[in-house]
Amino acid sequence: MDTRTAHALVRFGLGRRGAEPLPPDPTAWLLDQIRQPDPARFDDPPTTAKGLAALREDRATKPPPGESRARALYKAQAAAQLANAVMTPAPFRERLVWFWTNHFVISLRRGQCTAVAAAFVEEAIRPHVTGPFNDMLLAVIRHPAMLLYLDNATSVGPDSLAGQRSHRGLNENLARECLELHTVSPLATYTQADVTAFAKILTGWSIDLQADPPGFRYRPFAHEPGIQTVLRQPFPPDEAGGITALRFLANHPATHRFLATKLARHFVADDPPPEAIRAIEGVLRDTSGDLGATSAALVKLDAAWQPATKLRTPMDFVVASVRALDLPADQLPPMTGILAGLGQPLWAAPAPNGWPDHAADWASPEAMLRRIDWASGFAGRIGDRDVIEVADTALGPLLRSETRDAVRHAGSRRDAMTLLLTSPEFQRR
Amino acid sequence: MPLTRRTALLGLATSLSIGRTTLALAAAPTDKRLVVVILRGALDGMAAVVPYGDPGLAELRGEIVPPGPGQPDGLLDLGGFFGLHPALAGVHAMYKANEGLAVHAVAGSYRVRSHFEAQDYLESGADHRMTSGWLNRVVAALPPAKTVQPEGDALAVGVSVPLLLRGPARVANWAPHGFSQPAPDLYATIAALNRSDPVTGPAITEGLRARDFSTTVMAGEEEPKERNAFPALARAAGEMLGAQDGPRIAALEIGGWDTHTVQVNRLAGPLKQLDAGLVALKTALGPAWAQTAVLVMTEFGRTARVNGTKGTDHGTGTVAFVLGGAVAGGRIKATWPGLGAGQLFENRDLAPTTDLRAVAKGMLASHLGLDAGALGQIFPDSHGAGAMPGLIRT
Repeated sequence: MDTRTAHALVRFGLGRRGAEPLPPDPTAWLLDQIRQPDPARFDDPPTTAKGLAALREDRATKPPPGESRARALYKAQAAAQLANAVMTPAPFRERLVWFWTNHFVISLRRGQCTAVAAAFVEEAIRPHVTGPFNDMLLAVIRHPAMLLYLDNATSVGPDSLAGQRSHRGLNENLARECLELHTVSPLATYTQADVTAFAKILTGWSIDLQADPPGFRYRPFAHEPGIQTVLRQPFPPDEAGGITALRFLANHPATHRFLATKLARHFVADDPPPEAIRAIEGVLRDTSGDLGATSAALVKLDAAWQPATKLRTPMDFVVASVRALDLPADQLPPMTGILAGLGQPLWAAPAPNGWPDHAADWASPEAMLRRIDWASGFAGRIGDRDVIEVADTALGPLLRSETRDAVRHAGSRRDAMTLLLTSPEFQRR
Repeated sequence: MPLTRRTALLGLATSLSIGRTTLALAAAPTDKRLVVVILRGALDGMAAVVPYGDPGLAELRGEIVPPGPGQPDGLLDLGGFFGLHPALAGVHAMYKANEGLAVHAVAGSYRVRSHFEAQDYLESGADHRMTSGWLNRVVAALPPAKTVQPEGDALAVGVSVPLLLRGPARVANWAPHGFSQPAPDLYATIAALNRSDPVTGPAITEGLRARDFSTTVMAGEEEPKERNAFPALARAAGEMLGAQDGPRIAALEIGGWDTHTVQVNRLAGPLKQLDAGLVALKTALGPAWAQTAVLVMTEFGRTARVNGTKGTDHGTGTVAFVLGGAVAGGRIKATWPGLGAGQLFENRDLAPTTDLRAVAKGMLASHLGLDAGALGQIFPDSHGAGAMPGLIRT
């Protein structure tokens, strides 16, 4: 394995899976994943309709926590998502799904979006990772998971018919986070008036839980009448005005700069060089936010092929460990619980800014020790395999001679595997 | 070595993964204890310390204000104009014992109402982004600790170290979890293999040392009965801060304050946890409580008016608490801006009249004896916010 192949597997991918065949041309292998359709298949595909039906039933029957239908759906769907990450032949594409899921984060911690979390990934993120950013943004903001998570489902225009009758009113949570975290970011120096106006634009974007199937519903009676101005741009009322506003935000120069910075941070370094950000920003601008072209530009960025500098997050670390051991699909460890124990529970980030993408946020002393503790238990799965061979297969030229020596001299296969998984080179991507 | 406490705290790992609750501790060469509690998500100061005497209150948010003092589930009176939320009975007892005060209409210098930026500024203590926190710079401003465990370093419990305590003064941490652990010699080999790595190397070394210290202090303890992470961690903080060779400075964080909808229901739980935690901290500190000052702070307040979903949105002025046996309590410190027409900030929020950094500087000056030069380095852009006098007993 040459260094470029190793980087393609660990930087852009999710770590080599067992002794899977090495791509003859790493760049072509990555670009091909963007061009081909997503290979992910789920036996029981998550859908919003199924999730909201479960939520509806839970609300009606108020089951004890152990018997919640929403929770049961989540558990099965979370396990299926993580198994897909372990098994996928298109790990770069899967990493893009993770990246955008974290950019547009929803979290089980509030808003009762548990039952639609997987549906959010499958409906709002996965179909759009190589399409126009505007399409993804629109799918995200209309998705019931997001409307629940950031409270927009119950936001009512104060001067709408519903607002005047019921004395309910505006909730600006989704509008604020959409400006700050999804699109233009504070780079655009928007004001409180912009936030309020955008919140009015999004009034009526809600959920119909009683419909069959339940799902997104635009409620004209809850929509604030009148023209609203965001970032000096006027938008007409009604649902179409919201769609226009989202398109405006998706294509705003500040959005391109913000997205480019986050992508470069994920694929180049915690503090990416300005020229890498500018290159990605330029592609977003010139293609009106074509995420396929943008992903290809990341692959072609020389800076993204420098020695592995990114610390693996717990999710990266666990998935790469399981891939390295190449466990069959029916013998995977309980990854949802492991991620919670390592401080990165699936779809449960503490706040709408998602999981951090800086090593400092994951390298606290206790966090590092927890990885070691988990790895030492998981290493027991090595069985009677040769750990040196596993190490060479997984890391190729990235394996250091010190680690190789320590693995060779370890007292047991399990200790040897623990040393491989906890080595600095395996903790990185 | 007995691992009773660690075993007991295994139950905590679950709670830790639900709420955003962590604890960080640092050593310092003093008998004084300083604790900072960060309320992440923006506490509605007007719900915690209610200005029930202000004639403008009912019109702005009558539907979410608890009944007045003396009524069932009513406010706990703080001298005739302000009242504490009924969930804060422990804080009220501290106030009545002259060990607690509230500073109202307080805010940092930040006005843009983003949680994430505001928390960064709250913790870094500056008007610009910094990579270290002000509490870390407090540790750095004090002379190096001598025989304090763990060897003059900070100790953080929880999987993440808050920005407040990140920086040049080294931080180690420890927390309970459910994974088995490798044998000590394997740990040693792992630490050696990582030694040359600038990120994983120091983290693993510090983590091992901190676990060793925590295990020693916590050995043989009874299992904590609290179901919630925050009171249990606050008690652990009190026990470690109370130990003769223990750390002296602690940072705790607790979330759950971002009450955009049905605030009355959503706020009671976090307030009860906070109150129980502060009482647990006091109890666990024992005699050391007399040497302790606690600052409870949040990134900004919430809108003065109730919003359309019976909640409140991101605002400006809020409340901060200063508690502890060393505090000159039993008072409200506030230049009250009023809630009437034209008195709200941007016709929306409680107008801030006190800079939060003035409160922190007042505590650091009187409690830890830091001079103006040190305070200027700890809060670089705070020339306009002089140290607030009279917070600490002298």
